Amino acid sequence: MSTPFLSVQNLTKRFQAPKGGEGLTVFENVNLGIKKGEFVCIIGHSGCGKSTILNILAGLDEPSDGAVIMNGKEVAGPSLDRGIVFQNYSLLPWLSALKNVTFAVQARYKSWSKKQVHDHSMKYLEMVGLAGGAELRKPSQLSGGMRQRVSIARAFAIQPELLLLDEPFGALDALTRGSIQDELIRIWSGSDQTVFMITHDVDEAILLADRILLMTNGPYARVAESVQVEIERPRERANIIHHPDYYDIRNHLVEFLATRSRELAGKQDGDEQAAPKTVRFGANAGAVISSETGSKSGARKRAVNSAD
Amino acid sequence: MLASLNARALVLSLVLLAVFLGLWEAASPKQNLSGELTEYELLMGGAEPKAAVPPPSAVIGKAWEELSNPFYDAGPNDKGIGIQIGYSLYRVLTGYFLAAALAIPIGFLIGMSPLMYKALDPFIQVLRPISPLAWMPLALFVIQDSQASAIFVIFICSIWPMLINTAFGVAGVRKDWVNVARTHELGALKTAWIVILPAAAPTILTGMRISIGIAWLVIVAAEMLVGGTGIGYYVWNEWNNLDLTSVVFSILMIGLVGMLLDTAFAYCARLVQYQE
Repeated sequence: MSTPFLSVQNLTKRFQAPKGGEGLTVFENVNLGIKKGEFVCIIGHSGCGKSTILNILAGLDEPSDGAVIMNGKEVAGPSLDRGIVFQNYSLLPWLSALKNVTFAVQARYKSWSKKQVHDHSMKYLEMVGLAGGAELRKPSQLSGGMRQRVSIARAFAIQPELLLLDEPFGALDALTRGSIQDELIRIWSGSDQTVFMITHDVDEAILLADRILLMTNGPYARVAESVQVEIERPRERANIIHHPDYYDIRNHLVEFLATRSRELAGKQDGDEQAAPKTVRFGANAGAVISSETGSKSGARKRAVNSAD
Repeated sequence: MLASLNARALVLSLVLLAVFLGLWEAASPKQNLSGELTEYELLMGGAEPKAAVPPPSAVIGKAWEELSNPFYDAGPNDKGIGIQIGYSLYRVLTGYFLAAALAIPIGFLIGMSPLMYKALDPFIQVLRPISPLAWMPLALFVIQDSQASAIFVIFICSIWPMLINTAFGVAGVRKDWVNVARTHELGALKTAWIVILPAAAPTILTGMRISIGIAWLVIVAAEMLVGGTGIGYYVWNEWNNLDLTSVVFSILMIGLVGMLLDTAFAYCARLVQYQE
Protein backbone atom coordinates (compact mmCIF):
# COMPACT_ATOMS: atom_id res chain seq x y z
CA MET A 1 0.00 0.00 0.00
CA SER A 2 2.96 2.34 -0.39
CA THR A 3 1.53 4.00 -3.50
CA PRO A 4 -2.14 3.13 -3.63
CA PHE A 5 -4.18 3.67 -6.76
CA LEU A 6 -6.19 6.33 -4.99
CA SER A 7 -4.86 8.27 -2.09
CA VAL A 8 -6.73 10.83 -0.02
CA GLN A 9 -4.41 13.00 2.01
CA ASN A 10 -5.39 15.22 4.93
CA LEU A 11 -8.68 16.07 3.29
CA THR A 12 -10.52 18.84 5.11
CA LYS A 13 -13.75 20.66 4.36
CA ARG A 14 -14.67 23.86 6.13
CA PHE A 15 -17.52 26.18 5.45
CA GLN A 16 -16.89 29.89 5.85
CA ALA A 17 -18.47 31.48 8.87
CA PRO A 18 -21.64 33.42 8.11
CA LYS A 19 -21.51 36.97 9.45
CA GLY A 20 -21.29 36.87 13.21
CA GLY A 21 -21.44 33.08 13.32
CA GLU A 22 -18.85 30.38 13.56
CA GLY A 23 -17.33 28.50 10.66
CA LEU A 24 -18.13 24.83 10.30
CA THR A 25 -15.49 22.16 9.87
CA VAL A 26 -17.32 19.19 8.42
CA PHE A 27 -14.37 16.81 8.41
CA GLU A 28 -10.70 17.16 9.02
CA ASN A 29 -7.54 15.25 8.13
CA VAL A 30 -9.26 12.41 6.34
CA ASN A 31 -6.59 9.98 5.12
CA LEU A 32 -7.26 6.86 3.14
CA GLY A 33 -5.95 4.78 0.31
CA ILE A 34 -7.77 2.53 -2.10
CA LYS A 35 -6.14 -0.21 -4.11
CA LYS A 36 -6.86 -0.89 -7.74
CA GLY A 37 -9.88 -3.14 -8.09
CA GLU A 38 -10.92 -2.72 -4.47
CA PHE A 39 -14.55 -2.31 -3.42
CA VAL A 40 -14.72 0.13 -0.53
CA CYS A 41 -17.84 1.19 1.34
CA ILE A 42 -18.05 4.15 3.67
CA ILE A 43 -20.57 4.30 6.49
CA GLY A 44 -21.41 7.15 8.83
CA HIS A 45 -24.28 9.20 10.09
CA SER A 46 -25.87 11.95 8.05
CA GLY A 47 -23.91 15.16 8.15
CA CYS A 48 -20.50 13.57 8.62
CA GLY A 49 -19.49 14.61 5.14
CA LYS A 50 -19.55 11.29 3.27
CA SER A 51 -21.23 12.83 0.24
CA THR A 52 -18.84 15.76 0.33
CA ILE A 53 -15.89 13.35 0.27
CA LEU A 54 -17.44 11.54 -2.68
CA ASN A 55 -18.07 14.81 -4.50
CA ILE A 56 -14.47 15.83 -3.92
CA LEU A 57 -13.31 12.47 -5.28
CA ALA A 58 -15.54 13.11 -8.28
CA GLY A 59 -14.10 16.58 -8.73
CA LEU A 60 -17.50 18.25 -8.30
CA ASP A 61 -16.52 19.84 -5.01
CA GLU A 62 -13.25 21.25 -3.73
CA PRO A 63 -11.62 20.50 -0.42
CA SER A 64 -10.60 23.34 1.88
CA ASP A 65 -7.37 21.54 2.50
CA GLY A 66 -5.64 18.33 1.48
CA ALA A 67 -5.58 16.52 -1.82
CA VAL A 68 -6.86 13.53 -3.71
CA ILE A 69 -4.28 11.71 -5.81
CA MET A 70 -5.46 9.18 -8.36
CA ASN A 71 -2.92 7.29 -10.46
CA GLY A 72 -0.22 9.71 -9.37
CA LYS A 73 -2.18 12.76 -10.51
CA GLU A 74 -4.09 15.20 -8.37
CA VAL A 75 -7.83 15.26 -8.93
CA ALA A 76 -8.85 18.67 -10.22
CA GLY A 77 -12.33 18.92 -11.69
CA PRO A 78 -14.64 16.19 -12.93
CA SER A 79 -13.40 13.62 -15.40
CA LEU A 80 -14.60 10.61 -17.35
CA ASP A 81 -12.04 8.60 -15.39
CA ARG A 82 -14.44 8.76 -12.47
CA GLY A 83 -17.99 7.56 -13.02
CA ILE A 84 -20.72 8.47 -10.58
CA VAL A 85 -24.06 6.96 -9.67
CA PHE A 86 -26.18 9.29 -7.58
CA GLN A 87 -29.01 8.35 -5.27
CA ASN A 88 -31.47 10.31 -7.41
CA TYR A 89 -30.26 8.55 -10.60
CA SER A 90 -29.42 11.83 -12.40
CA LEU A 91 -30.79 10.65 -15.70
CA LEU A 92 -31.74 13.25 -18.29
CA PRO A 93 -35.54 12.95 -18.36
CA TRP A 94 -35.95 14.00 -22.00
CA LEU A 95 -33.72 11.19 -23.28
CA SER A 96 -34.61 7.53 -23.51
CA ALA A 97 -32.75 5.08 -21.28
CA LEU A 98 -30.60 4.09 -24.24
CA LYS A 99 -29.75 7.67 -25.18
CA ASN A 100 -28.87 8.40 -21.56
CA VAL A 101 -26.15 5.79 -21.96
CA THR A 102 -25.09 6.51 -25.55
CA PHE A 103 -24.40 10.19 -24.96
CA ALA A 104 -22.01 9.21 -22.17
CA VAL A 105 -20.34 6.50 -24.25
CA GLN A 106 -20.03 8.96 -27.13
CA ALA A 107 -18.37 11.45 -24.79
CA ARG A 108 -15.96 8.78 -23.56
CA TYR A 109 -15.05 7.24 -26.91
CA LYS A 110 -15.22 10.13 -29.34
CA SER A 111 -13.80 8.22 -32.28
CA TRP A 112 -16.34 5.41 -32.15
CA SER A 113 -18.95 4.99 -34.86
CA LYS A 114 -22.65 5.24 -34.06
CA LYS A 115 -22.98 1.48 -34.29
CA GLN A 116 -20.09 0.86 -31.92
CA VAL A 117 -21.57 3.29 -29.41
CA HIS A 118 -24.98 1.68 -29.71
CA ASP A 119 -23.71 -1.87 -29.34
CA HIS A 120 -21.50 -0.99 -26.40
CA SER A 121 -24.38 0.80 -24.65
CA MET A 122 -26.78 -2.06 -25.29
CA LYS A 123 -24.26 -4.52 -23.88
CA TYR A 124 -24.26 -2.70 -20.56
CA LEU A 125 -28.02 -2.14 -20.54
CA GLU A 126 -28.51 -5.85 -21.10
CA MET A 127 -26.08 -6.53 -18.25
CA VAL A 128 -28.41 -4.71 -15.86
CA GLY A 129 -31.45 -6.43 -17.33
CA LEU A 130 -32.80 -3.59 -19.43
CA ALA A 131 -33.47 -4.71 -22.95
CA GLY A 132 -36.30 -5.82 -25.17
CA GLY A 133 -37.90 -2.41 -25.54
CA ALA A 134 -37.45 -1.01 -22.04
CA GLU A 135 -34.30 0.80 -23.19
CA LEU A 136 -36.40 3.01 -25.48
CA ARG A 137 -38.54 4.35 -22.65
CA LYS A 138 -38.03 7.67 -20.96
CA PRO A 139 -36.91 7.62 -17.32
CA SER A 140 -40.36 8.78 -16.19
CA GLN A 141 -41.79 5.61 -17.69
CA LEU A 142 -39.42 3.42 -15.71
CA SER A 143 -39.64 2.34 -12.08
CA GLY A 144 -37.12 3.62 -9.55
CA GLY A 145 -35.21 0.36 -9.71
CA MET A 146 -35.06 0.42 -13.50
CA ARG A 147 -33.83 4.02 -13.46
CA GLN A 148 -31.04 3.13 -11.09
CA ARG A 149 -30.13 0.23 -13.38
CA VAL A 150 -29.80 2.66 -16.27
CA SER A 151 -27.64 4.90 -14.13
CA ILE A 152 -25.42 1.96 -13.17
CA ALA A 153 -25.21 0.83 -16.79
CA ARG A 154 -24.13 4.33 -17.79
CA ALA A 155 -21.45 4.46 -15.12
CA PHE A 156 -20.02 1.05 -16.04
CA ALA A 157 -20.30 1.69 -19.79
CA ILE A 158 -17.83 4.56 -19.70
CA GLN A 159 -15.41 2.17 -17.99
CA PRO A 160 -14.07 4.68 -15.51
CA GLU A 161 -10.99 3.94 -13.44
CA LEU A 162 -12.92 4.74 -10.30
CA LEU A 163 -16.62 4.22 -9.79
CA LEU A 164 -18.30 6.41 -7.18
CA LEU A 165 -21.67 5.31 -5.82
CA ASP A 166 -23.57 7.77 -3.62
CA GLU A 167 -26.17 5.71 -1.76
CA PRO A 168 -27.28 4.19 -5.03
CA PHE A 169 -29.96 2.02 -3.46
CA GLY A 170 -31.16 4.45 -0.81
CA ALA A 171 -34.43 5.22 -2.55
CA LEU A 172 -35.31 1.66 -3.50
CA ASP A 173 -37.44 -0.90 -1.74
CA ALA A 174 -35.71 -3.87 -0.14
CA LEU A 175 -36.54 -6.43 -2.84
CA THR A 176 -35.40 -4.24 -5.71
CA ARG A 177 -32.33 -3.25 -3.75
CA GLY A 178 -31.42 -6.88 -3.30
CA SER A 179 -31.63 -7.79 -6.94
CA ILE A 180 -29.68 -4.72 -8.07
CA GLN A 181 -27.02 -5.40 -5.45
CA ASP A 182 -26.66 -8.88 -6.95
CA GLU A 183 -26.29 -7.38 -10.40
CA LEU A 184 -23.81 -4.80 -9.22
CA ILE A 185 -21.62 -7.45 -7.61
CA ARG A 186 -21.86 -9.64 -10.72
CA ILE A 187 -20.81 -6.86 -13.06
CA TRP A 188 -18.10 -5.74 -10.70
CA SER A 189 -16.70 -9.28 -10.39
CA GLY A 190 -16.24 -9.46 -14.13
CA SER A 191 -14.23 -6.25 -14.19
CA ASP A 192 -11.24 -4.80 -12.39
CA GLN A 193 -13.33 -1.80 -11.44
CA THR A 194 -12.38 0.14 -8.32
CA VAL A 195 -15.49 1.18 -6.40
CA PHE A 196 -16.06 3.71 -3.64
CA MET A 197 -19.59 3.55 -2.28
CA ILE A 198 -21.57 5.41 0.34
CA THR A 199 -24.24 3.44 2.09
CA HIS A 200 -26.37 3.49 5.22
CA ASP A 201 -27.07 -0.19 5.03
CA VAL A 202 -24.74 -2.33 7.12
CA ASP A 203 -25.74 -5.60 5.44
CA GLU A 204 -25.27 -4.10 2.04
CA ALA A 205 -21.77 -2.98 2.97
CA ILE A 206 -20.77 -6.44 4.20
CA LEU A 207 -22.21 -8.11 1.12
CA LEU A 208 -20.43 -5.83 -1.33
CA ALA A 209 -17.26 -4.47 0.19
CA ASP A 210 -13.69 -5.60 0.57
CA ARG A 211 -13.25 -2.92 3.16
CA ILE A 212 -15.65 -0.72 5.11
CA LEU A 213 -14.62 2.72 6.30
CA LEU A 214 -16.34 4.03 9.41
CA MET A 215 -16.76 7.73 9.92
CA THR A 216 -17.34 9.49 13.21
CA ASN A 217 -20.08 12.06 13.54
CA GLY A 218 -19.52 15.60 12.37
CA PRO A 219 -18.44 18.28 12.84
CA TYR A 220 -14.72 17.45 12.77
CA ALA A 221 -15.64 14.05 11.41
CA ARG A 222 -12.89 11.64 10.39
CA VAL A 223 -12.50 8.12 9.17
CA ALA A 224 -11.86 6.29 12.41
CA GLU A 225 -11.67 2.67 11.34
CA SER A 226 -11.21 0.54 8.30
CA VAL A 227 -12.90 -2.83 8.68
CA GLN A 228 -11.60 -5.60 6.43
CA VAL A 229 -14.29 -7.91 5.13
CA GLU A 230 -12.44 -11.09 4.28
CA ILE A 231 -15.46 -13.24 3.52
CA GLU A 232 -14.56 -15.12 0.36
CA ARG A 233 -16.29 -14.31 -2.90
CA PRO A 234 -18.56 -14.95 -4.68
CA ARG A 235 -20.86 -13.89 -1.89
CA GLU A 236 -24.56 -14.54 -1.90
CA ARG A 237 -27.19 -12.85 0.15
CA ALA A 238 -28.63 -16.15 1.32
CA ASN A 239 -25.35 -17.74 2.35
CA ILE A 240 -23.33 -14.85 3.64
CA ILE A 241 -25.31 -14.62 6.88
CA HIS A 242 -24.13 -18.12 7.80
CA HIS A 243 -20.50 -17.16 7.52
CA PRO A 244 -18.83 -17.29 10.94
CA ASP A 245 -17.50 -13.72 10.61
CA TYR A 246 -20.72 -12.20 9.40
CA TYR A 247 -22.36 -11.26 12.66
CA ASP A 248 -19.09 -10.24 14.25
CA ILE A 249 -18.57 -7.73 11.50
CA ARG A 250 -22.18 -6.70 11.54
CA ASN A 251 -22.26 -6.20 15.30
CA HIS A 252 -19.06 -4.22 15.11
CA LEU A 253 -20.52 -1.91 12.49
CA VAL A 254 -23.86 -1.49 14.26
CA GLU A 255 -22.16 -0.80 17.53
CA PHE A 256 -19.91 1.76 15.89
CA LEU A 257 -22.90 3.55 14.40
CA ALA A 258 -24.93 3.34 17.58
CA THR A 259 -22.39 4.49 20.12
CA ARG A 260 -18.78 4.90 19.12
CA SER A 261 -19.39 7.18 16.16
CA ARG A 262 -20.69 9.61 18.75
CA GLU A 263 -18.05 8.92 21.39
CA LEU A 264 -15.18 9.38 18.95
CA ALA A 265 -16.71 12.51 17.49
CA GLY A 266 -15.33 15.95 17.99
CA LYS A 267 -12.10 17.76 17.41
CA GLN A 268 -9.00 15.68 17.81
CA ASP A 269 -6.11 16.62 20.07
CA GLY A 270 -3.02 17.45 18.10
CA ASP A 271 -2.96 16.96 14.39
CA GLU A 272 -3.20 13.25 14.18
CA GLN A 273 -2.72 12.39 10.57
CA ALA A 274 -2.53 8.66 10.70
CA ALA A 275 -4.55 6.40 8.49
CA PRO A 276 -7.64 4.86 10.11
CA LYS A 277 -7.13 1.83 12.32
CA THR A 278 -7.47 -1.42 10.49
CA VAL A 279 -9.88 -3.92 12.01
CA ARG A 280 -9.90 -7.56 10.99
CA PHE A 281 -12.09 -10.49 11.89
CA GLY A 282 -11.94 -14.23 11.66
CA ALA A 283 -8.75 -16.01 10.69
CA ASN A 284 -6.80 -12.78 10.39
CA ALA A 285 -8.08 -11.19 13.57
CA GLY A 286 -4.56 -10.52 14.82
CA ALA A 287 -4.78 -6.78 14.57
CA VAL A 288 -7.96 -6.13 16.41
CA ILE A 289 -8.94 -2.74 17.67
CA SER A 290 -6.95 -0.87 20.21
CA SER A 291 -7.89 -0.91 23.86
CA GLU A 292 -9.79 2.34 23.97
CA THR A 293 -12.93 0.63 22.80
CA GLY A 294 -12.29 -2.65 24.55
CA SER A 295 -14.63 -2.33 27.49
CA LYS A 296 -17.73 -1.81 25.39
CA SER A 297 -17.20 -4.62 22.96
CA GLY A 298 -15.27 -7.06 25.06
CA ALA A 299 -17.66 -9.98 24.74
CA ARG A 300 -17.84 -9.70 21.01
CA LYS A 301 -14.13 -9.40 20.60
CA ARG A 302 -13.47 -12.45 22.67
CA ALA A 303 -15.57 -14.34 20.24
CA VAL A 304 -13.60 -12.82 17.42
CA ASN A 305 -10.29 -13.84 18.92
CA SER A 306 -11.38 -17.34 19.75
CA ALA A 307 -12.55 -17.88 16.23
CA ASP A 308 -8.94 -18.40 15.29
CA MET B 1 -67.74 9.52 -17.90
CA LEU B 2 -64.57 11.34 -18.90
CA ALA B 3 -65.34 11.12 -22.59
CA SER B 4 -68.81 12.42 -21.96
CA LEU B 5 -67.33 15.37 -20.06
CA ASN B 6 -66.02 16.75 -23.33
CA ALA B 7 -69.34 16.07 -25.02
CA ARG B 8 -71.27 17.78 -22.25
CA ALA B 9 -68.91 20.76 -22.31
CA LEU B 10 -69.45 21.05 -26.06
CA VAL B 11 -73.22 20.96 -25.64
CA LEU B 12 -73.04 23.61 -22.94
CA SER B 13 -70.80 25.81 -25.11
CA LEU B 14 -73.25 25.58 -27.98
CA VAL B 15 -76.18 26.40 -25.71
CA LEU B 16 -74.37 29.44 -24.33
CA LEU B 17 -73.50 30.55 -27.86
CA ALA B 18 -77.10 30.18 -28.99
CA VAL B 19 -78.41 32.10 -25.97
CA PHE B 20 -75.86 34.87 -26.48
CA LEU B 21 -76.55 35.20 -30.20
CA GLY B 22 -80.30 35.07 -29.57
CA LEU B 23 -80.16 37.87 -26.99
CA TRP B 24 -77.91 39.93 -29.26
CA GLU B 25 -80.23 39.45 -32.20
CA ALA B 26 -83.27 40.34 -30.09
CA ALA B 27 -81.60 43.40 -28.63
CA SER B 28 -80.68 44.84 -32.04
CA PRO B 29 -83.12 47.60 -32.93
CA LYS B 30 -85.29 46.71 -35.89
CA GLN B 31 -85.16 49.20 -38.70
CA ASN B 32 -88.54 50.88 -38.92
CA LEU B 33 -89.41 50.26 -42.57
CA SER B 34 -93.11 49.64 -42.22
CA GLY B 35 -95.72 52.31 -42.28
CA GLU B 36 -95.83 55.64 -43.91
CA LEU B 37 -93.35 58.27 -42.83
CA THR B 38 -94.49 61.77 -42.24
CA GLU B 39 -92.84 64.47 -44.24
CA TYR B 40 -91.12 65.65 -41.08
CA GLU B 41 -89.64 62.20 -40.51
CA LEU B 42 -88.43 62.04 -44.11
CA LEU B 43 -86.77 65.42 -43.72
CA MET B 44 -85.10 64.26 -40.51
CA GLY B 45 -83.57 61.28 -42.31
CA GLY B 46 -86.05 58.74 -41.02
CA ALA B 47 -85.73 56.71 -44.21
CA GLU B 48 -82.02 56.24 -43.60
CA PRO B 49 -81.18 53.13 -41.57
CA LYS B 50 -80.18 53.99 -38.04
CA ALA B 51 -76.52 53.30 -37.23
CA ALA B 52 -76.44 50.54 -34.67
CA VAL B 53 -74.42 47.52 -33.67
CA PRO B 54 -75.41 44.98 -36.30
CA PRO B 55 -77.26 41.82 -35.30
CA PRO B 56 -75.40 38.51 -35.54
CA SER B 57 -77.31 37.56 -38.66
CA ALA B 58 -75.79 40.53 -40.47
CA VAL B 59 -72.30 39.63 -39.18
CA ILE B 60 -72.68 36.04 -40.33
CA GLY B 61 -73.81 37.25 -43.72
CA LYS B 62 -70.80 39.55 -43.91
CA ALA B 63 -68.47 36.75 -42.83
CA TRP B 64 -69.84 34.49 -45.52
CA GLU B 65 -69.35 37.16 -48.12
CA GLU B 66 -65.79 38.02 -47.03
CA LEU B 67 -64.60 34.47 -46.42
CA SER B 68 -65.91 33.18 -49.74
CA ASN B 69 -63.53 35.58 -51.46
CA PRO B 70 -60.78 36.40 -48.99
CA PHE B 71 -57.99 37.39 -51.36
CA TYR B 72 -59.53 39.96 -53.68
CA ASP B 73 -57.70 43.24 -54.18
CA ALA B 74 -59.79 46.16 -55.42
CA GLY B 75 -57.48 49.03 -54.60
CA PRO B 76 -55.75 50.37 -51.48
CA ASN B 77 -58.89 50.64 -49.37
CA ASP B 78 -60.64 47.49 -50.50
CA LYS B 79 -58.71 44.29 -49.99
CA GLY B 80 -59.94 40.87 -48.94
CA ILE B 81 -59.73 39.85 -45.28
CA GLY B 82 -57.20 37.13 -46.18
CA ILE B 83 -54.81 39.70 -47.63
CA GLN B 84 -55.17 41.95 -44.58
CA ILE B 85 -54.54 39.10 -42.15
CA GLY B 86 -51.64 37.96 -44.33
CA TYR B 87 -49.98 41.37 -43.98
CA SER B 88 -50.49 41.33 -40.23
CA LEU B 89 -49.11 37.82 -39.88
CA TYR B 90 -46.10 38.70 -41.98
CA ARG B 91 -45.28 41.65 -39.71
CA VAL B 92 -45.92 39.73 -36.52
CA LEU B 93 -43.87 36.71 -37.51
CA THR B 94 -40.97 38.77 -38.90
CA GLY B 95 -40.69 40.92 -35.79
CA TYR B 96 -41.29 37.94 -33.57
CA PHE B 97 -38.60 35.70 -35.04
CA LEU B 98 -36.10 38.54 -35.15
CA ALA B 99 -36.79 38.99 -31.44
CA ALA B 100 -36.43 35.25 -30.80
CA ALA B 101 -33.10 35.18 -32.66
CA LEU B 102 -31.80 37.83 -30.28
CA ALA B 103 -33.66 37.02 -27.06
CA ILE B 104 -32.85 33.31 -26.81
CA PRO B 105 -29.04 33.61 -27.13
CA ILE B 106 -28.95 36.61 -24.80
CA GLY B 107 -31.27 34.82 -22.39
CA PHE B 108 -28.85 31.88 -22.44
CA LEU B 109 -25.97 34.20 -21.65
CA ILE B 110 -27.82 35.88 -18.80
CA GLY B 111 -29.01 32.57 -17.43
CA MET B 112 -25.55 31.01 -17.43
CA SER B 113 -23.57 33.99 -16.19
CA PRO B 114 -24.53 35.70 -12.94
CA LEU B 115 -22.25 38.58 -13.97
CA MET B 116 -24.17 39.20 -17.19
CA TYR B 117 -27.41 38.83 -15.29
CA LYS B 118 -26.48 41.52 -12.83
CA ALA B 119 -25.04 43.76 -15.53
CA LEU B 120 -28.02 43.57 -17.89
CA ASP B 121 -30.82 43.39 -15.36
CA PRO B 122 -31.21 47.20 -14.87
CA PHE B 123 -31.58 47.73 -18.63
CA ILE B 124 -34.17 44.99 -18.90
CA GLN B 125 -36.12 46.30 -15.95
CA VAL B 126 -36.28 49.81 -17.44
CA LEU B 127 -37.00 48.79 -21.03
CA ARG B 128 -39.52 46.06 -20.29
CA PRO B 129 -42.41 48.15 -18.92
CA ILE B 130 -42.35 50.58 -21.86
CA SER B 131 -45.48 50.27 -23.96
CA PRO B 132 -44.35 49.06 -27.36
CA LEU B 133 -46.36 51.81 -29.06
CA ALA B 134 -44.32 54.43 -27.23
CA TRP B 135 -41.43 53.42 -29.48
CA MET B 136 -43.44 54.18 -32.59
CA PRO B 137 -42.52 57.86 -33.12
CA LEU B 138 -38.85 57.15 -32.54
CA ALA B 139 -38.99 54.14 -34.83
CA LEU B 140 -40.74 56.13 -37.56
CA PHE B 141 -38.11 58.84 -37.35
CA VAL B 142 -35.09 56.55 -37.26
CA ILE B 143 -36.26 53.87 -39.68
CA GLN B 144 -38.18 56.26 -41.97
CA ASP B 145 -40.47 53.46 -43.06
CA SER B 146 -43.87 52.75 -41.56
CA GLN B 147 -43.88 49.05 -42.42
CA ALA B 148 -40.47 48.44 -40.87
CA SER B 149 -41.51 50.53 -37.88
CA ALA B 150 -44.50 48.25 -37.28
CA ILE B 151 -42.16 45.25 -37.43
CA PHE B 152 -39.83 46.97 -34.99
CA VAL B 153 -42.69 47.54 -32.55
CA ILE B 154 -43.52 43.83 -32.71
CA PHE B 155 -39.85 43.03 -32.22
CA ILE B 156 -39.54 45.20 -29.13
CA CYS B 157 -42.73 43.92 -27.49
CA SER B 158 -42.04 40.23 -28.03
CA ILE B 159 -38.41 40.24 -26.95
CA TRP B 160 -38.95 40.59 -23.19
CA PRO B 161 -40.99 37.53 -22.26
CA MET B 162 -38.68 35.35 -24.35
CA LEU B 163 -35.55 36.91 -22.88
CA ILE B 164 -36.71 36.64 -19.30
CA ASN B 165 -38.11 33.14 -19.62
CA THR B 166 -34.99 31.86 -21.36
CA ALA B 167 -32.76 33.32 -18.66
CA PHE B 168 -35.03 31.92 -15.96
CA GLY B 169 -35.17 28.48 -17.56
CA VAL B 170 -31.44 28.29 -18.15
CA ALA B 171 -30.57 29.48 -14.65
CA GLY B 172 -33.00 26.98 -13.15
CA VAL B 173 -31.61 23.85 -14.81
CA ARG B 174 -31.21 21.28 -12.06
CA LYS B 175 -27.70 21.10 -10.68
CA ASP B 176 -27.76 17.31 -10.99
CA TRP B 177 -28.10 17.57 -14.74
CA VAL B 178 -25.33 20.13 -15.00
CA ASN B 179 -23.20 17.77 -12.93
CA VAL B 180 -23.99 14.96 -15.36
CA ALA B 181 -22.56 17.16 -18.10
CA ARG B 182 -19.53 18.03 -15.99
CA THR B 183 -18.71 14.46 -15.03
CA HIS B 184 -18.93 13.44 -18.67
CA GLU B 185 -16.53 16.21 -19.64
CA LEU B 186 -18.95 17.82 -22.08
CA GLY B 187 -17.67 21.11 -23.48
CA ALA B 188 -19.60 24.35 -23.10
CA LEU B 189 -21.38 23.99 -26.45
CA LYS B 190 -22.25 20.34 -25.92
CA THR B 191 -23.48 21.07 -22.42
CA ALA B 192 -25.72 23.80 -23.80
CA TRP B 193 -27.00 21.55 -26.57
CA ILE B 194 -27.37 18.20 -24.79
CA VAL B 195 -28.35 19.32 -21.30
CA ILE B 196 -29.32 22.95 -20.86
CA LEU B 197 -31.38 23.58 -23.98
CA PRO B 198 -33.63 20.52 -23.57
CA ALA B 199 -33.90 21.15 -19.84
CA ALA B 200 -34.90 24.78 -20.32
CA ALA B 201 -36.96 24.22 -23.48
CA PRO B 202 -40.38 24.06 -21.77
CA THR B 203 -39.74 27.38 -19.99
CA ILE B 204 -38.39 28.96 -23.18
CA LEU B 205 -41.44 27.80 -25.11
CA THR B 206 -43.71 29.27 -22.46
CA GLY B 207 -41.96 32.61 -22.99
CA MET B 208 -42.36 32.27 -26.74
CA ARG B 209 -46.05 31.55 -26.31
CA ILE B 210 -46.57 34.61 -24.14
CA SER B 211 -44.64 36.69 -26.67
CA ILE B 212 -46.68 35.63 -29.68
CA GLY B 213 -49.84 36.50 -27.77
CA ILE B 214 -48.54 39.96 -26.95
CA ALA B 215 -47.30 40.49 -30.51
CA TRP B 216 -50.75 39.71 -31.88
CA LEU B 217 -52.32 42.15 -29.40
CA VAL B 218 -49.90 44.89 -30.35
CA ILE B 219 -50.05 44.51 -34.14
CA VAL B 220 -53.68 45.69 -34.25
CA ALA B 221 -52.83 48.91 -32.46
CA ALA B 222 -49.64 49.39 -34.46
CA GLU B 223 -51.45 48.99 -37.76
CA MET B 224 -54.14 51.42 -36.69
CA LEU B 225 -51.31 53.94 -36.35
CA VAL B 226 -49.23 53.20 -39.43
CA GLY B 227 -52.16 52.44 -41.73
CA GLY B 228 -52.06 51.08 -45.27
CA THR B 229 -52.58 47.37 -44.79
CA GLY B 230 -53.19 44.79 -42.13
CA ILE B 231 -56.06 43.71 -39.93
CA GLY B 232 -55.60 46.63 -37.53
CA TYR B 233 -55.85 49.08 -40.39
CA TYR B 234 -58.87 47.18 -41.67
CA VAL B 235 -60.72 47.63 -38.35
CA TRP B 236 -59.98 51.36 -38.28
CA ASN B 237 -60.82 51.82 -41.94
CA GLU B 238 -64.21 50.13 -41.52
CA TRP B 239 -64.86 52.33 -38.48
CA ASN B 240 -64.19 55.36 -40.65
CA ASN B 241 -66.60 53.89 -43.19
CA LEU B 242 -69.09 53.39 -40.36
CA ASP B 243 -69.36 49.78 -41.48
CA LEU B 244 -69.91 48.26 -38.04
CA THR B 245 -70.72 44.86 -39.48
CA SER B 246 -67.20 44.66 -40.88
CA VAL B 247 -65.78 45.92 -37.59
CA VAL B 248 -67.50 43.17 -35.63
CA PHE B 249 -66.49 40.60 -38.23
CA SER B 250 -62.82 41.68 -38.13
CA ILE B 251 -62.81 41.65 -34.32
CA LEU B 252 -63.90 38.01 -34.47
CA MET B 253 -61.22 37.25 -37.06
CA ILE B 254 -58.53 38.80 -34.81
CA GLY B 255 -59.65 36.51 -32.01
CA LEU B 256 -59.69 33.47 -34.27
CA VAL B 257 -56.19 34.04 -35.66
CA GLY B 258 -54.85 34.74 -32.16
CA MET B 259 -56.30 31.47 -30.98
CA LEU B 260 -54.71 29.58 -33.88
CA LEU B 261 -51.30 31.12 -33.15
CA ASP B 262 -51.58 30.18 -29.49
CA THR B 263 -52.67 26.64 -30.34
CA ALA B 264 -49.67 26.21 -32.65
CA PHE B 265 -47.28 27.28 -29.89
CA ALA B 266 -49.04 25.14 -27.33
CA TYR B 267 -48.48 22.20 -29.66
CA CYS B 268 -44.75 23.03 -29.95
CA ALA B 269 -44.54 23.33 -26.17
CA ARG B 270 -45.94 19.83 -25.82
CA LEU B 271 -43.22 18.51 -28.13
CA VAL B 272 -40.42 19.70 -25.85
CA GLN B 273 -42.20 18.92 -22.60
CA TYR B 274 -40.65 16.20 -20.48
CA GLN B 275 -41.70 14.49 -17.31
CA GLU B 276 -39.35 14.20 -14.41
